Amino acid sequence: MRNFISGRASEIPPSGIRKFFDLVLTMEDVISLGVGEPDFRTPWNICESSIYSIEQGTTSYTSNRGLQSLRDGLSRNLEHAYNLRYDSNNEIIITTGVSEGLDIAVRAITDPGDEILIAQPCYVSYGPCVTLAGGTQVPVPCVEKDHFKLNPDTLAEKITKKSKALIISFPNNPTGAVMTENDLKAVADLVIDHDLLLISDEVYSELSYEKRHCSAATVSDLWERTITLNGFSKAYAMTGWRIGYLCAPREICDAALKIHQYVMLCAPVMGQVGAVEALRSAEEDKNSMVNEYRLRRNLFVAGLNRIGLSCHVPEGAFYAFPSIEKTGLSDVEFAEQLLKEQRVAVVPGSVFGEGGAGHIRCAYAVSRKDLTEALQRMEIFISGFQT
Amino acid sequence: MDEKDLELLRILEDNSRLSTEDIATMTNLTTGEVAARVQALEAARIIQGYSTVVNWEKAGDDEVAAIIELKVSPERDFGYDRIAERLCRFRQVRTLRLITGTYDLQIMVTGKNMQDVSRFVSEHVAPMDRIRETATHIVMKTYKENGNAFFEQPEMERLPYSP
Repeated sequence: MRNFISGRASEIPPSGIRKFFDLVLTMEDVISLGVGEPDFRTPWNICESSIYSIEQGTTSYTSNRGLQSLRDGLSRNLEHAYNLRYDSNNEIIITTGVSEGLDIAVRAITDPGDEILIAQPCYVSYGPCVTLAGGTQVPVPCVEKDHFKLNPDTLAEKITKKSKALIISFPNNPTGAVMTENDLKAVADLVIDHDLLLISDEVYSELSYEKRHCSAATVSDLWERTITLNGFSKAYAMTGWRIGYLCAPREICDAALKIHQYVMLCAPVMGQVGAVEALRSAEEDKNSMVNEYRLRRNLFVAGLNRIGLSCHVPEGAFYAFPSIEKTGLSDVEFAEQLLKEQRVAVVPGSVFGEGGAGHIRCAYAVSRKDLTEALQRMEIFISGFQT
Repeated sequence: MDEKDLELLRILEDNSRLSTEDIATMTNLTTGEVAARVQALEAARIIQGYSTVVNWEKAGDDEVAAIIELKVSPERDFGYDRIAERLCRFRQVRTLRLITGTYDLQIMVTGKNMQDVSRFVSEHVAPMDRIRETATHIVMKTYKENGNAFFEQPEMERLPYSP
């Protein structure tokens, strides 16, 4: 029999957390800091409105772009929150999570041979999406000494004649880094000078603890060459609902829409109805969750530094990204031994690409009690390495 | 009162048993500053007290609680204040509020049993001057109190790892 697996599918590396998954399933009493999602339930008013709509028989397809009421709400909300202007009729597509938004964005702009620059460490799907679209991924490492921001000099070194686009995500998973308006301006100059397109995944935008989030498309003249991706998963604790959105100038949006309509048709209507309610009435729920993450961050990051894992203060998202280099272990060894010996699950930083090695990602979207317990266990684990 | 005081109040209202050290870490204050601020808030009676939300039914205690609504004729110059303050003196009155609608005052009362509650109402509350009418509602079951649900909710199931 022939090998039926395509070259592209073969090319994609298996998930870096698979073996940890298998290991953790054999263990009990594990505190997991490995989960990239809120530990809150979706606010009940959102759930209730979705349940009610199902009872009313709202179970059909929506337009490819998504419910008009949701796009209208988003258009207003984005302008109000970030001064970001997108026309609800032509410049917004509701996607099945940001994951789909990223996929169709990359596919809409990538031709074989195009180089797509990716600021790393980053969410694990960016590289594979570029590969599947026939492009070549070019990692641009963001390093600890820059507080994991994208350094324009590093970016400039990676740009070639084949460069087509740059993918960034701030506030960042896994580092928690944010980019201010000034940080983005330096990047914008390069993007514009080299006639690149920018894909900005801002799914953690609401989880900015120090300053209001600056959306990339509002910086310099980036709007006309930016695809903004965002979604409801993180801010409203709606990960399982799979509702994201893609915003872009009309021409780009139309291209992405063609792909969306053939591969997804539309995002699930129940989720879209819930998202409408989220915009309408869950502002306070969102704020209280964000506030709780901020308190936990302060507690957890201070704890990490106290037990000897140096960690910069992450200004966004819900991840701490401490260095574990002083233990002499690789990040994969550290994560594996910590799990086996102290039953604390973390994700090795190298899973997230260049710049991630030597660090671990700890999600602090767990209860304060579990964070405190996890810190105690980590302290015991680390004490074995102190010289 | 500043933003930090408000933050402390929100944290303490949610859980007043946190250590001063943890509160200090969470709010970027020193332990000394937290202690001083809390003391000032107590002195100003902005923090009125600390208590615990108890599920007495689960604890096996069969005390009876009742909500009693009262129609009251207000007094010239004092309105409802004097009569409300009189009612507050009773140990049995746990909560008292002035409300809009058909009734004027609403009190939460606890007693050893139904007789105890009804005796309190008929002997002490109803005969008071200016109380024109009472309506007593016995609490049959508490499902939620002060933001705390009293029924078990299934644990949220999350994958141990997600990227």
